[in-house]
Amino acid sequence: MSQSEVRAQTLPEAEAPTSAAEAEEKVLTASQWQLMWWKFRRHKMAMFGGAFVFLMYLCAAFCEFLAPYPLDMRDSKHVTAPPQLLRWRDDEGNFHLRPFVYGLKEHVDPISWRRTFTEDPAQIYPVYLFARTHPYKFWGLFETKVHLFGVKGEEATIFLLGSDSMGRDLFSRILYGARISLSVGLLGVLLSLVIGAVLGGISGYYGGLIDNVMQRLIEVLRSIPHIPLWMALSAALPPGLPPQQTYFGITLVLAVIGWTGLARVTRGKILSLRDEDFVMAAKICGTSETRIIVRHLLPSFFSYLIVSVTLSIPGMVMGETSLSFLGLGMRPPYTSWGVLLSEAQNIGNIAHRPWILIPGLFLIATVFAFNFLGDGLRDAADPYTR
Amino acid sequence: MLQYIGRRILQMIPTVFLISVISFILIQLPPGDYLTSIVATLAQSGDYLDQDQLAQLKRQYGLGQPVYVQYAKWMWGILSRGSFGQSFFWNRPVTELIADRLSITVILTLTTMIFTWAVGLPIGIYSATHQYSKLDYLFTSTSFIGLATPDFMLALILLYLGVVYLGKSYAGLFSPEFADAPWSFARLVDMMKHIIVPLIIGGTSGTAGLVRIMRGSLLDELNKPYVITARAKGLSERKLLWKYPVRVAINPFVSTIGWTLASLFSGGTIIAVVLGLPTVGPLMLSALMAQDMYLAGSILFIMSILTVIGTLISDLLLAWVDPRIRFEGGGR
Repeated sequence: MSQSEVRAQTLPEAEAPTSAAEAEEKVLTASQWQLMWWKFRRHKMAMFGGAFVFLMYLCAAFCEFLAPYPLDMRDSKHVTAPPQLLRWRDDEGNFHLRPFVYGLKEHVDPISWRRTFTEDPAQIYPVYLFARTHPYKFWGLFETKVHLFGVKGEEATIFLLGSDSMGRDLFSRILYGARISLSVGLLGVLLSLVIGAVLGGISGYYGGLIDNVMQRLIEVLRSIPHIPLWMALSAALPPGLPPQQTYFGITLVLAVIGWTGLARVTRGKILSLRDEDFVMAAKICGTSETRIIVRHLLPSFFSYLIVSVTLSIPGMVMGETSLSFLGLGMRPPYTSWGVLLSEAQNIGNIAHRPWILIPGLFLIATVFAFNFLGDGLRDAADPYTR
Repeated sequence: MLQYIGRRILQMIPTVFLISVISFILIQLPPGDYLTSIVATLAQSGDYLDQDQLAQLKRQYGLGQPVYVQYAKWMWGILSRGSFGQSFFWNRPVTELIADRLSITVILTLTTMIFTWAVGLPIGIYSATHQYSKLDYLFTSTSFIGLATPDFMLALILLYLGVVYLGKSYAGLFSPEFADAPWSFARLVDMMKHIIVPLIIGGTSGTAGLVRIMRGSLLDELNKPYVITARAKGLSERKLLWKYPVRVAINPFVSTIGWTLASLFSGGTIIAVVLGLPTVGPLMLSALMAQDMYLAGSILFIMSILTVIGTLISDLLLAWVDPRIRFEGGGR
């Protein structure tokens, strides 16, 4: 730790102008955001978390291109296939410049009649970059067949993380699932932010009866256990609803509790800022209330809002996953990580093909990254930490 | 103190009232009611009900009345007779259906909570007093993992490990051979073995949160001048730690009981579904699916009430631990 601390302290100087006086002047004249960025940059785990989150969102945005198969592409000949490893060296020790996967060989258990697959070193399928394989419509705009990578041939398959009970590629589905799971978090938090900031702001700024009623309401909402409340709310979405509306419905359901946390942060900050001298000064100068809120109060706690937003996204993502896992959330064709995991409800399924748990690992990694990112942002946003 | 308790209990009444209204409205939200779902099920099997039967059933279930009348009747039943209404699907009183499961739920939640405390408190204190030590890093990073892993993922992973390495499924509350057996010592032992799994799962995320809270608030206290003064005066480290900073730092810890309980109920619901435990969670899920509104609503209501009581207890404990709250008579 001591080593990294030393490095962390010397880092800003390394890039700052040569003389110490100039460096100090740079700090003094830096904007609030610049100071935060410098402080954030020192937090290695937060930088890493931020990069990972960014990468996941990129994957979600370009999932059609990155995934070797379309979302619902079924390969009925290869159901429940195990993950195929990407290899450079074959069993005879020959090195291949172009990576390849082994083909799959089918076995039938003589007693239970269950079909299983193993990798077959006799079949070698080289992996091509920008392979033209399965047609899809990129962002619904234009038709193309180009995928980042793929294998060629009738019998060739590339299931990097195995396939599900309908012979669909799990890796591709996880990438598509990221689009739903991650966007639900973002959208849900945006909704909560709008509701929470407005209600919390009103509650903190005006105080009195409004504040009292609002606080009581938040208290009531928070004493109802989240998952049962979410379950009851999403059960209220009619089953015949088009998938798109279900998607927005679930987002709304998550925001019903999500806003309470953000409202509390906003209210607390406004309450403490309201009595600051600079607000008093602005009031005496005859500044309008809207201008005080927008020009003086908002910038002061904007950074805190960003922090709580970052820290509440993982909760939303986990909530959606839990609901979909229980079968109360997203419905096909909207495939989220929770929908993928719902296949793991059966212990038999997990025992025979543990790779169906992999979407959960993606979830854990994402939540992890978000937490680190949020922690780093919190330290950076606090003007009193060094 | 008595006055404080009295006021807190009075404050609970509007909260409980609002919760009951919310639970009731929530359960009314799905389009249609239990009868529409019966008719739909019957239609699928080619059967149907005629208008007379439908009207008769409607009257029997009290479904034709306006919502507020239904609510008033439900509330009156609870207050006067302690009856939470009739389950449509099971055709039995809700109270009877929930009774067994509720006691298992409460026992499970309380044991998880004690487990969480017993593990979280010492680890939090250790991490704060040995900041940046190897064990502190280990605990801090483990608690990060605990916070990032959803309960049901942990349940699935443990089930998988159980099947692969122990060749045994730890789902359910009993092994098959004990499921219907009468109570005996062996059955109790078997149940204990099964309870450990949800205990660990529920405990992990809870412990993680508590460790972080305890570590943070104790670290704040340890840097205060009074600690330095006490140390300068030659107070032993042990006494110094336990007599002052821990007592102050435990405040935020105590005040979390309320929401710890809420999150345990919340997480417990989904863990129970995965592990097939006979708690109220899975019952609620099936009731929601069948639009069995009194059953689902009552479960939601009872869970929330238990949480409110938990918050009350934590507030009272807080007043007991911290004289400032007691004497100022201040709110929260």
